Amino acid sequence: MTDHKLTRHDAAYVARLARIDLTEEELDLYAGQLAVVLDHAAQVAALDTAGVEPTAHPLPLKNVLRPDEPRPSLDRDAVLDQAPAVEDRRFRVPRILGDGG
Amino acid sequence: MTAPSASPTATGAGRWEPVIGLEVHCELRTETKLFCGCRNAFGDEPNTNVCPVCLGLPGSLPVLNAMAVELAMRIGTALHCEIRPSLFHRKNYFYPDMPKDYQISQYDEPINANGWLELPDGTRVGVERAHMEEDTGKTTHMGGGGRIHDAEHSLVDYNRAGVPLVEIVSRPDIRSAAQARLYAAELRGILMATGASDGRMEEGSMRVDANVSVRRPGDEFGTRCEIKNLNSLRSLVRAIEYEITRQVDVLESGGTVAQQTRHWDEDQARTGALRSKEEAFDYRYFPEPDLVRVVPDAAWQAEVAAAVGPMPADRRAALVALLGPDGTSGARTDQISTVVEHGLDDLMTAAVDGGVGAALALARTANEASAEPERARALDGAAYTALLRMEQDGTLSATQAKVVLTDLLAHGGDPAELARRHGFEAMAADSLSVVVGELIAAHPDEWARYVGGEEQLAGFFTGLAMKATDRKANGKAVAAELRARRG
Amino acid sequence: MTTALRLAAQVRTGAVSAADLVERHLAAIDESDGAVHAFLTVLHDAARRQASEIDDRIAAGEDPGPLAGVPVAVKDNLCTRGVPTTCSSLILDGWCPPYDATVVERLRHAGAVVVGKTNLDEFAMGSSTENSAFGPTRNPYAADRVPGGSSGGSAAAVAAGLVPLALGSDTGGSIRQPAALCGVVGMKPTYGTVSRYGLVAFASSLDQIGPFSATVADAAALFDVIAGHDPLDSTSLDRPAPRSVENLGEGVAGIRVGVPRELVDGVAPEVAARVREAAEVLSAAGATVTECSIPELTYGLSAYYLLAPAEASSNLSRYDGVRYGLRVDGDDVEAMMRATRAAGFGAEVKRRIMLGTYALSAGYYDAYYGQAQKVRTLIINAFADAYRHADVLLGATTPTTAFLLGDKVDDPLAMYLSDVCTVPSNLAGHPAISIPFGADADGLPIGVQVLAPALCEPLVFQVAAVIEEAAPAPAPPVLAASTWTGR
Repeated sequence: MTDHKLTRHDAAYVARLARIDLTEEELDLYAGQLAVVLDHAAQVAALDTAGVEPTAHPLPLKNVLRPDEPRPSLDRDAVLDQAPAVEDRRFRVPRILGDGG
Repeated sequence: MTAPSASPTATGAGRWEPVIGLEVHCELRTETKLFCGCRNAFGDEPNTNVCPVCLGLPGSLPVLNAMAVELAMRIGTALHCEIRPSLFHRKNYFYPDMPKDYQISQYDEPINANGWLELPDGTRVGVERAHMEEDTGKTTHMGGGGRIHDAEHSLVDYNRAGVPLVEIVSRPDIRSAAQARLYAAELRGILMATGASDGRMEEGSMRVDANVSVRRPGDEFGTRCEIKNLNSLRSLVRAIEYEITRQVDVLESGGTVAQQTRHWDEDQARTGALRSKEEAFDYRYFPEPDLVRVVPDAAWQAEVAAAVGPMPADRRAALVALLGPDGTSGARTDQISTVVEHGLDDLMTAAVDGGVGAALALARTANEASAEPERARALDGAAYTALLRMEQDGTLSATQAKVVLTDLLAHGGDPAELARRHGFEAMAADSLSVVVGELIAAHPDEWARYVGGEEQLAGFFTGLAMKATDRKANGKAVAAELRARRG
Repeated sequence: MTTALRLAAQVRTGAVSAADLVERHLAAIDESDGAVHAFLTVLHDAARRQASEIDDRIAAGEDPGPLAGVPVAVKDNLCTRGVPTTCSSLILDGWCPPYDATVVERLRHAGAVVVGKTNLDEFAMGSSTENSAFGPTRNPYAADRVPGGSSGGSAAAVAAGLVPLALGSDTGGSIRQPAALCGVVGMKPTYGTVSRYGLVAFASSLDQIGPFSATVADAAALFDVIAGHDPLDSTSLDRPAPRSVENLGEGVAGIRVGVPRELVDGVAPEVAARVREAAEVLSAAGATVTECSIPELTYGLSAYYLLAPAEASSNLSRYDGVRYGLRVDGDDVEAMMRATRAAGFGAEVKRRIMLGTYALSAGYYDAYYGQAQKVRTLIINAFADAYRHADVLLGATTPTTAFLLGDKVDDPLAMYLSDVCTVPSNLAGHPAISIPFGADADGLPIGVQVLAPALCEPLVFQVAAVIEEAAPAPAPPVLAASTWTGR
């Protein structure tokens, strides 16, 4: 487990990853609050979990599948009516800098 | 296991060895998307094949398409992979073509792993994994000539979002651009043979990215660059060759290769670095909590294996067997590849079954029929066989047979009827005999020498027979007549 | 006979018309909700239409279902077609889903009348409903105190008598804790028994939808209506439909009740006292009550506050201004996303997204998220051990009674501690219920909690029914509506 304390720098990095603009004050505030929460959460680090399997979620289900059969799609107007910006039947966004992952 | 099929690039400062791995994204030929019942179709009106799930609307949940799993397993089987219990993971990153701003993919527990693919020349390239994931929407960049760098804004169509993909990652076993092309072509043939894909690179149903690095032979792998936007096998070759040269130049001038993603520009014939942010690629993978494990049991795996027909390599091997010892010569290998690549092996095999010699069947199928592959695949096998038999037994000359074949491909029909229309009637056997007899009488010295053992004089008489009959005589028929008369 | 069930019976026999019933409740909401602020949207017209349809069906001799005519409130993180679904967030202000959540469809199918959408902590993150972008809900028992959260609106709506039934969602206690603070019944089912399709996701492996009511029988009836397999939710269990109402009167003779110290020590003295009294009630009714200790429960909160924000950080990525909801313009798409999310999310949501992103980020995954998943296993195993010696567990629902508005908003950790008794059931996927059991010296309600192993809902309701029978009759709340009838 890490002894790392959440710094303002960490908070700024995380805010960038999460695509949320934060003011300087907010960065300070959140960094402080999160550090407190993480300290508390550090309890888990103390536990001996050697040989313990992680639980992704509590169900024993597997192989939940559906047949390859078409189902009705949404009416396009219903979809585009809720969009912030539309052009030529598509969702319009400001220019994209940089590539996708 | 890997024999590099090209020698390392030698340049001024010594030899460099390219190291190449390919990542191929293959769209699966399912009716519906990976996690919802919207149609998986190319070219429909924008945003008409969307629903709460593939749009990632609040509250929506994914449900896995059984046929997508089946096709993924077929691919794994065809690539000799281990088929394993698998999980889906979320790959988290923001991009407007991603409705949820995470992609449901597979991470460290993929459905297929540790396979290989055999190239036509017999070398093997390792396949690290072939996993399932969902496709993204499509973005069109407006303003600036349609290129992302100069665009003013972009438009997004989510019809493609959620289409099932299998991503096939090769091991870095490839050592040249040419070998990369062979791998991509062979993989395409395999994907089509399993029914998983229609192989249409130009429609984006098969997309290839190349990871390229160079090293001194025997050294550790160098830093690699990923090259994207390769829309054809030709681009693949050109881009890889460019990138190898670029990296060698950098290293030979004392620089280091920066690890980056590069974009192949077809017009400028160069790769360029894309603007990317350092933190952009912390994908924060974690198991997808909205989906459960996929555990293909032995019975299911056996069903899938049975549904996977012969792969291109198997089909090539079958043709080789038909040809006997001749099958493994260089020229024959290329011809066999061509026949299989165009899906004409059944046509050829039917002809052989119908009494046509394997060498002739191969020649006509590889050289002539494959010029029009779609029409050739639609040919009536019986007509094709009949035509080749007419050539084989001397009714038609090679030249005549090719003309009739062109007709057959264009219009179909009965080969004998087509031949008659062209005036390619066979010379009646007795009139040919009369001609040959007349020539023998006119050239007694040459006849005596031929009878005495000078086989090459058969050609002399055949040439004269052709002239005398206005090329209606069939060379083989003449030779047969000469032999018969000689006794 | 119980409140909602009695109303449904009256409607089905024609003793009361659905139209009158709905009108009475709409009038009560219009009169009293100004003070409580349980509702964000009231569906006057739609509710009247639905009620009128039910009356028509009854007149035609049909049976509209077990909840015929009963007014129900739905937490505003459940999708309702054509009706605003805000999750109490500015980022979804004005968004109307094009589809109904499965549970909403099931309500309609059972004849219930959806009268409105209730207030919550933004995106279900909180324990007081003070994190709503549209103002807090007030506890009907004390207008200057919180109703609890995140389903504070639904709890208050039932507590004030505005509706006999409501739906909420519980990820770490968000049904049970507000139920306890408001003096109503609130139940979280076994994970997978109620479809999550249409529930706007907070933490996918922990979220469950459940009932609020004035009585245990009503909660059981509502649970029976909403539970059941849904092919649109891959995490939905395929089991026979539950019939919880039928088994309610079984009593507790021979049932072993464990009281873990960890759910009693450390809570407010009056709360602990009520738990002990409830234990005595069960003992007197024939159960065997023993104290026990499950130390792992104390780690639940830490594990929860890593797992839940991690999943949430991913689930909330989709709110990026591209396809629906709020958009704040920017020079480029990333600037637009960052500004939109900054303006659209409240402080608690931002905090949890940051916490979750951090817990998943490269270098920290194993120590935080990975470790928390293992602690989850430890807790599941610890419960399994405890249930070898007990059939159900009994404890406090939450450490204190309702705190003052504004008391904990600046102290996130203090707020998180309200969940210490409830999160273990979410981590394990087990069912649990909070039943009102008396009040403190200030008249603020106290709830006691019954926990059981997965799929033991019948036991949960049975035991709860016995406790309920012996519980002191509730006093009318300060903000009681004209439709408040007590128990």
